[in-house]
Order: sequence, then C-alpha cells, then structure tokens
Amino acid sequence: MTHLVVTGVSIRRGARMALQDVSATFSSGRFTAVIGPNGAGKSTLLAVLAGLLAPDAGAVRLDGAPLAQLARRELARVRAYLPQSARVDWPISVERVVALGLTPLLPTFGELVPGGQERIERALESCDLLQLRDREATTLSGGELARAMLARAIVADPRLLIVDEPTAGLDPRHAIDACQRLKSRSREGCTVVAAMHDLNLAAQYADDFAVLRAGRLLMHAPAAEVLREEVLSGLYDVAVRVRREAAETSVHFSA
Amino acid sequence: MRGWGVHAVLLAATALLAAVSLFVGTVWLSPHEVLAALSAPHPDLAALIFMDIHLPRTVLGLLVGAILGLSGAVLQGLLRNPLAEPGLLGISEAASLGSVIAVYYGFASTTTLAGPVFGLVGALGAASISLLLSRSGSTLSLILAGVATSSIATAGVNLALNLAPNPYAAYEISTWLMGSLADRSWTHVQLAAPFILVGGILLLLCGRALDALSLGEAQAESLGINLRRTRLLALAGTALGVGGATSVAGAIGFVGLVAPHLVRARVGNRPRRVLVPAALAGAAIVTAADIATRLIRVRPEISLGVFISLVGAPFFLWIVLRIRRQTT
Repeated sequence: MTHLVVTGVSIRRGARMALQDVSATFSSGRFTAVIGPNGAGKSTLLAVLAGLLAPDAGAVRLDGAPLAQLARRELARVRAYLPQSARVDWPISVERVVALGLTPLLPTFGELVPGGQERIERALESCDLLQLRDREATTLSGGELARAMLARAIVADPRLLIVDEPTAGLDPRHAIDACQRLKSRSREGCTVVAAMHDLNLAAQYADDFAVLRAGRLLMHAPAAEVLREEVLSGLYDVAVRVRREAAETSVHFSA
Repeated sequence: MRGWGVHAVLLAATALLAAVSLFVGTVWLSPHEVLAALSAPHPDLAALIFMDIHLPRTVLGLLVGAILGLSGAVLQGLLRNPLAEPGLLGISEAASLGSVIAVYYGFASTTTLAGPVFGLVGALGAASISLLLSRSGSTLSLILAGVATSSIATAGVNLALNLAPNPYAAYEISTWLMGSLADRSWTHVQLAAPFILVGGILLLLCGRALDALSLGEAQAESLGINLRRTRLLALAGTALGVGGATSVAGAIGFVGLVAPHLVRARVGNRPRRVLVPAALAGAAIVTAADIATRLIRVRPEISLGVFISLVGAPFFLWIVLRIRRQTT
C-alpha cells in the first residue's frame, strides 16, 4: 500500500497564499479528482504532491519518508507527473517520447534499461499507440498527444500518478478514454491524483474528491458526499443541479 | 543503424577536409613533399611549414569548429529554441570584449597570451552573470539575461573602437573581431585545447537531461533531472569551450547555430543524439571555410568569421523560413 500524506502544507506566492494549511491522505488504489474554481490552487497542490514544489510550511510524506529528503531519481522512479497541456518541443517519434519515461531507470552510463523495450511496447499498447509509434510527436492531434503523454507517464509503472487536467482540450471520446486509463491504473494499485474541471467525468470515474477553494482544502471525501448541490454551488458561485439516476450522477450548472 | 551512418559520413568528411587543410596555404605542399621533408634527417622549409603552420592551423580549426557546433547543440536543447547559440547568451561577445580589452590596453603586445586569457575571463564572467540573473527563474529569464549580457559586451567592444587611441589599435581590434585562424601557432593550440576539451566534456554530460527537456522543464524535473545542475554544466562548458575558442580564433558566428540544424533531422531529432554529429559538422564547416579563405586569392585574406557569416546568414534565413512553414 502506498500512502501519500500531506500535513499542514502552505505555499506563499508573494503576499497571497496559494495553499493554506492543507492536510490530506492519498492511498493506493484510489483515483482522486482535485476540483475547484480557477486559481483555487489545484496545480500548486499537484506540484507539491509530486515533490516538484517544496512547501513553505508543512510536509509531504510518501510511505513515511518526507519527499524533500528523497533523492530526485529515487522519487522519479515511483512517481510520474504530467503537467497541464504537456507538449514535446522537438519532432521526436512517439516511441522515443514514451521511452523518455524510463529516464530515471537508466544506468549512469548507457542508454538501455533492462526490459525497457517490453515496457515501452506495453505502454504503447495500453494507450492504443502502436499505429502511431513512428509518428513525430509534434504532428499529433490533441487526443493523440494526450495518449502519448499518458503512455510516457505510465511506462515506468509508477506507484503514484499525478496528472494536471488530463481531459483539458479533449473531445468527449478522448476525455472518457483518458479517465478510463487513469481509473484502470488506480485499480492496478496506483495512487492516482488528477486535477479536473469536468465534474460529470469526474463523477463517473473518480473515487474521491479533493475540493479546493482559495488555497484551502474544503473537503476530501468520497464522490457521494461532495457531489451535492449545496457543496458545489457554494464552491463555484453558480446555481447547480445534481441529478442521480441509478449509478450515474450528472451535474448541471446555470447562471 | 541510421544514427551511426551519420557519424561515419561526418567523420569521413571532417577527416578529408582536415587532410586537405594540411596541404593548402600561401605555400602549397604536396603529400609527397611533406613525407620526404618529414623523413629527412634535418628539418627543411617544407617540414617547418607543415609542422608549425599548417598543422596547428588545422588542429585549431577542428577544435574551434567542434566546440562551436557542440555548444550550439547543447544550448538549443537546453533552451528548447532552434535559434540558440553561444552568442545568444553573450558568451562569445564577452570573450571578444575580454580580448579587445587586452589589445586596447596594450597587454596583448607585452605577452601574446594576454588576449586569450582576457577572453576566457570575459566568457566565464558572462556565463556567471547569466546564471546568477536567472538562478531561480525560467528558460526565458536565462535568454533575457544572456541578451542583456551580450548587449553590454557589444557596447563595450564598440566603446573600445570608439575611443581607440590610434587608428592602428582600431584596425587591430576590428581585424581580431572578424575571426581568423591565420598565423596561429602551437602556443595558441596549447592555450585553447585544454579549455575546449574540458568544456566539451561538461557539455557532453548534459545529454540525458537535454533528452528529458524535450518534454518541457516540469516533466524533465519530474523525471529526476536536476535543472540547475544541467544549466550550470551547459553554461560552464560553453564558457570554457567557446571562451577558449573565441579567445584564440576571434569571433566566429553562425557555426553554433547552423551545425545542429544540419544534422538534427538525420538523428531523429533527439537532442542527445545531435551532440556528437553537431560537433563533427562544426569542425567540418570551420575547416572547409578556412580552406576556402586560403583558396580565394584576394589581398588581404578574407577573414574566416566574415566568410562564415557571408555563407551562414542566408542559411539562417532559410532556417527562419522553414520554421515559419512548420508552425503555420
């Protein structure tokens, strides 16, 4: 079991607090959606969880070990992070992009990870990229690029997968695909944390919700407790109707 | 393997050009003459010309070209900008300024080593300023800091020209700025080579980080890459290598910009794979251009830097056009 434990984390951005006294526990096998209005601190929280941003106060521990004390490479071997609208700067092939996910496993000298090619094949296959493996990553469509990036993130079999807005800019088909892949990762025992704006998708796939507003963690609870009209309308400052039909929850916003 | 084919072709081309460069000059030598002269018990004129003029000039050309191509490839990978080159970060300009100061205050006439040493100090200074100014910032702040350093150094060089005590000093400065490998001796090679080699090693150590950086800084960091260390390696390597090269050969532009572009597509665009071919391409370009300046019989001899700029500038335009096509 992997436990990522955040205690009393604060991040200061000039005079403003981007995160204030956030405490939460993220466990393996759970898919947590981080939700909240723009500027609530979702991306900041994810960067802290990924160990890329050191908190000004508080601590993040992975299975008891403070992230700040883990060596970069050691952390990189167990955690994968995808920033918002990730892209590739050079026209390198999709297969090589995915292979970059193995960087933390590379020996000090040499270019090959034992069993690396099989891992790459598996990641390509699970993200439906076998046809695209030789395409230049700069020529991919948004949906294809998102798949390539996800394959890059999962190729090293991380225990902790942190994704910032995996569905931004994707059409419904690709957005659903992306969520399904994250969900199946979590079912394989990975701790998945993703910032999301599409509450309907999140309602369908996420196990837990972390609700952020103005840098504070308002709730961290299972979907049923968070997807309620009084919670969401207060969070987003708009009228919200939540409908439950059988196992499906849908959220409608109106001005 | 396609990658090794590129290496082989470039290596062969560089070796061939270097061989040609050994025999071309004010005094043309034939391989036969050289062999005869070198095997003779007492060194004669042909042997002296070969050993003390043509050989150091060729070696210096290879070293200078290689480090320019390599640092261009590293900087383009680091900044993820196809227009990056040592000049963009002000390193070659600052090296020029250092050497110009040596000429200007007459240090260069007391000892020939003053120019190169001052040049190196300038390059290291510029790299430190760029690093300091962008310590906690992004790639953009590194570029901006570099542009500022570069402008200051250029202004300093112009000031020296402006205030030159006599026309001869101004002439000497401006000739030096044009870049040349003419009349370079083993002393110059001995001075520049250690810096170029150490700089080259530091630059080659950046390879893995450059590959990861093609996914952007956030992802590279998440993959365990230490961005600060990479920047330090790249800038220190460029300062030592390009500083060493510029301080003995003068300002030679465009090689750092062009060499990586010549080879990039042929190695699958992977930043790390570009490094060694870019160094070979740089060595080939500078050697070829140096041969050309010796073959074009005009007096005074066309300066190497001027010649490369003349040919390089249109190529630069072509890069701009190609990038515009790619992005539209």
